[in-house]
Amino acid sequence: MPPEAAPPTAGLAGPDRAAPAIVLDGLVRRRGERVVLREVSVIVPAGATVALLGPNGAGKSTLLRVLAGLMRPMGGVCRVLGHELPDGRHDLRGRVGYLAHEPMLYRDLTVRENLAHRARLLRVADPAGRVRELLEATDLVRRADFPVHALSRGLTQRTTAAATLLSDPELLLLDEPLANLDPSASARLGALLGPRPAVPAPASPGAGPAARPARTRVIAGHDPEAALAESDIVVGLRDGAVTLLATPDTVGPDQIAALYA
Amino acid sequence: MSTPPAPRGAWTGDVRALLALEWRRERRAPQVLPTMVLFSIGVFVLFRFGLQDGRVDGPLAAGVLLVTTLLAALLGIGRLWAAEEDEGGLDAFRLTPASASALVAAKALALWSFLLVLHLVAVPAFAFLLLRDGLDVGALPTVAGALVLCDLGIAVTGALVGSIAAAARSRELLVPLMAVPLLIPLIALASEALSPVLTSPQDVVEGRWWTALALYDGVFLLVSWAVSDGIVED
Repeated sequence: MPPEAAPPTAGLAGPDRAAPAIVLDGLVRRRGERVVLREVSVIVPAGATVALLGPNGAGKSTLLRVLAGLMRPMGGVCRVLGHELPDGRHDLRGRVGYLAHEPMLYRDLTVRENLAHRARLLRVADPAGRVRELLEATDLVRRADFPVHALSRGLTQRTTAAATLLSDPELLLLDEPLANLDPSASARLGALLGPRPAVPAPASPGAGPAARPARTRVIAGHDPEAALAESDIVVGLRDGAVTLLATPDTVGPDQIAALYA
Repeated sequence: MSTPPAPRGAWTGDVRALLALEWRRERRAPQVLPTMVLFSIGVFVLFRFGLQDGRVDGPLAAGVLLVTTLLAALLGIGRLWAAEEDEGGLDAFRLTPASASALVAAKALALWSFLLVLHLVAVPAFAFLLLRDGLDVGALPTVAGALVLCDLGIAVTGALVGSIAAAARSRELLVPLMAVPLLIPLIALASEALSPVLTSPQDVVEGRWWTALALYDGVFLLVSWAVSDGIVED
């Protein structure tokens, strides 16, 4: 860890400090000879929102891909939702939602077909019902039978967000989730992808909604103001290393400026 | 909270869903089948005019038909996996609990079904354009059997090779480099099984070639099953 960064557990006042959703200790990832992530150490409590900031090429997207189980860590410890990666990546499937730069949708299929296919593979209990619910939530009902290649970038982004939320994941990894969206869609999606508190187990079975953990979020982006406003933890990456690790109330404009300098 | 165990029949359900997706995509934007069909007919037409008397039979006929099938399949394999990598389908798949072996199995079944459809068009065209005495109706079951087994071997091997090459930048080069050496024995076996019925007058097909073809398919089915979970990963 670089000298200016705080130790991994410092400054992490999240909503629930009991069970960390993410534990990174000395995480390393290379691409060929180039080190893309160097000695990244962060602990994220369950239910917390992390703002992941840094200039282009800092390693933000790579870190999200490693956390999603799509890339193997090549050194250090990487534990996500209690599972050590890479060995435990299969246990994360369906529990992690990853909204990437690329839409990860089949262009020749319609919005509905893409969502229904993904829901089926995610083993969603009522795929048709969940797809309908998300089409309404993302205001895509009128475009549900349009092929993805016919959609604008904003509508594609909304479809991608719907696909990310199909399994109601406990961990959301969001790479610039509100890019290409108009203000109205941005507000709608911001709420959908927002924090979600834990639901405790009912006193007796069937007495209430089923228990579910709080949603943890890691959001990569380039808007520090918005990121500070909605996060519990700020992580700044530069050249693959953590150079800023703090709570938003302790981050000043000079630290943000130094991160992007 | 840990992921619940896969429900019973989940694997076959995933294969069905993935196979249906392949056919839906092919119906919506035909790519694999037209490429393979046009290539095969083009090769037959070239042979028709390239060969001295424009006609073949026996081992040469079997060779022309099977090598054309192999080359058409190589085009199909590349197309079949291109969307997974180019459209992010593979990443989306790897975020789901579905098994990688289900994806490889669905790709193999899709390619097998595409090859069978190809042969419904290509074999009559081959008989009409190139086969010296045409195709005897009595020989059809033998031809169909040999092609079904040969296509299965190509499909299973092709799906495996395609999954390995899917993430590579030089996918178009890697697929033939890996697939051709693996498929040479299959083509040789299928040629032995097929050539007697493409000879005039017809010879008797020896059973050992059929056994060898089935064995080849079985071995590659087992290999695919065993290794596919490891190769559709980073």
